[in-house]
Amino acid sequence: MSTPKQIQLSHGGGGREMAELIGKLFFEAFDNQILRQEEDAASLNMTGPIAFTTDSFVVSPLFFKGGNIGKLAIAGTVNDLAMMGAEPQYLSCGFIIEEGFEIARLKEIVQTMAAELKKSGAKIVCGDTKVVPKGCADGVFINTSGVGRILKPGISVHAVQPGDAIILSRDIGCHGAAILAAREGLELESELQSDCATLWPMVEQLIAANLPLHAMRDATRGGIAAVLNEWAKAANVGIELSEEAIPVRDEVRGVCELYGFEPWDLANEGTFVIALPQEIAAEAINVMHQFCNCDQARIVGTVTEANAEKVILHSPWGSKRYLELPAGELLPRIC
Amino acid sequence: MSELQLKQLYDGFRDPRTVAELASQIKELAAKLTEPVNVMEVCGGHTHTIMKYGLLQLLPDNIEFIHGPGCPVCIMPKERIDQAAALAQLPDVILVTLGDMIRVPGSEGSLAQFRAKGCDIRPVYMPLDALKIAQENPDKTVVYFAIGFETSTPMTAVLLEQAEKLGIHNLLFHINHVLVPPAIDAVMADPETRVNAFIGPSHVSVITGSQIYQPTVDKYHTPVVVSGFEPVDVMQSILSIVKQKVEGRCELENQYERAVSYKGNEAAQRKVAQYFTVRPSFRWRGLGPIPNSALMLRPEYRHRDAELKYGERLPVKEIDDHKACQCGDILRGKAKPQDCKVFGRGCTPQTPLGSCMVSSEGACNAYYRYAGVK
Repeated sequence: MSTPKQIQLSHGGGGREMAELIGKLFFEAFDNQILRQEEDAASLNMTGPIAFTTDSFVVSPLFFKGGNIGKLAIAGTVNDLAMMGAEPQYLSCGFIIEEGFEIARLKEIVQTMAAELKKSGAKIVCGDTKVVPKGCADGVFINTSGVGRILKPGISVHAVQPGDAIILSRDIGCHGAAILAAREGLELESELQSDCATLWPMVEQLIAANLPLHAMRDATRGGIAAVLNEWAKAANVGIELSEEAIPVRDEVRGVCELYGFEPWDLANEGTFVIALPQEIAAEAINVMHQFCNCDQARIVGTVTEANAEKVILHSPWGSKRYLELPAGELLPRIC
Repeated sequence: MSELQLKQLYDGFRDPRTVAELASQIKELAAKLTEPVNVMEVCGGHTHTIMKYGLLQLLPDNIEFIHGPGCPVCIMPKERIDQAAALAQLPDVILVTLGDMIRVPGSEGSLAQFRAKGCDIRPVYMPLDALKIAQENPDKTVVYFAIGFETSTPMTAVLLEQAEKLGIHNLLFHINHVLVPPAIDAVMADPETRVNAFIGPSHVSVITGSQIYQPTVDKYHTPVVVSGFEPVDVMQSILSIVKQKVEGRCELENQYERAVSYKGNEAAQRKVAQYFTVRPSFRWRGLGPIPNSALMLRPEYRHRDAELKYGERLPVKEIDDHKACQCGDILRGKAKPQDCKVFGRGCTPQTPLGSCMVSSEGACNAYYRYAGVK
């Protein structure tokens, strides 16, 4: 009997087909000692404060310029840990696969995940596979949860303070614009790519430099507008941004023009913001430029006591306006 | 010649130095004004530009904007949205409409809420996408809920033309296309109106030409400047209006010379005339019924008219906005969004009570999002 090219319901049935799929595909790609034990639950040896996070990935399309759902599923969860100053260590991984999904594409996704894991050193130590009848899911959905040892305690949205500088790691909106362009069949002349990336290597350097980081967050769904509004509310501070200082690629701006979006509202998957004392900002940027591959890192704003809970955007010609939390159906299934 | 890039279409029109220079010229000239200039920007797109770019903050106190009724989503009365919802609930009907329309609440909820309940409702960016949906679903009836001012009517006309040409019989239309000049007349019919100048939307005039505003200039003796949507465009148009006022002129001017002519796109106008005729009356949310202010399909195309085909099943009860809502006064320039008791309290973009809050182009929505920075 030849090996099937598509996922069958039997691949999720708990029997021989599932064992084969797990053995051949997942174990080989994610191979590590803990996973190999094949226990009901992974047994971990951890001490001290631990960060714990979970995220589900339902992006459409599954493959896009700059990544695929697998890369997102690893980078997304690893980044959530990194943003808490935690070293990403152990991940779980649940697949929900639609009957008929091509095994070759699943393999590509799984291999991308394995490659992405190497960038942080995190391991997938437990997992689950379900197959649902055709039409009950859209190709594949992935959930990953992760734990990691907190190396730098105290990084928190509540620690943002007046006098802090807001640093942005790179240009914004690439992931949102790339997904939108892919979904609408928009043929852009230049290669607009998702910024999807594992941020731990950069964060590790920032921690190593022993900088007093107050808060850190990757600007995923809702973009920097959502993150900064959350900070302003949580810490009861105002945040003032300079529009000119925020780098936006022409292609991203073009997509925004065509669809009536604003770059601050667009999702990112490898772009983060930091709040730390103004007087340390130059040093932090220096570290980011030198060791973190963040050539574009720069100060984009400041934290104030005035205008508590509000984010204010200053235009290049001296007017200002509130930068609101994005609302409504911006773009479903972005990650 | 190198190819034109999208960036070139807006970059110069957002140049900080140009905006600042125009602001200082306006300020200087406005000092010579003998009475305040109350400019109505008819179109919600302009309201959005003014608020988003903070242009109001750059202008002297004797120039005021009055935010007009030119947002096709905002002016849609609830009963028309109820009709869309009723159509979407019919078995085997797919309702297709444009972007923002899906968020606007009717009396029983928004189309987004009906979609969550299981109705097949599809927002599209391009009207022609409705054709593809109809082709892919031959056993369903696809109803295109058409909205928009003169700008978007030709696209509906082309959709209808294609459906006829290709013999796609399962595509019907619910027409809500409205017209700018009758709305201006409705605003000016109020003896207490303070409006004494207009900025006209450039995209409307790309189709109709700037000519549609000549009667406004003649009848009401107000300057009208057809303007683009970038900050430099709007500032330039304000400067033109102030110049006219200072020199005692009232003329029709075209700031958007890069795409607008006096006569407009005559091929598009012919197409609209071929498929549409003027509706005797249309009820505007916030303004009430305005005669000859909207379009409907010509009798030859009644077989495509969802209003006729499903007439008996469509609700017709007229539903007004909440009593506390002051959208009517705001659209006539008699009140500002902040004057309304429910603004920002009972009425927000997530739970709009009145027309001006529903779409990002509505005046209250723009104020809620951008205004009030101290």
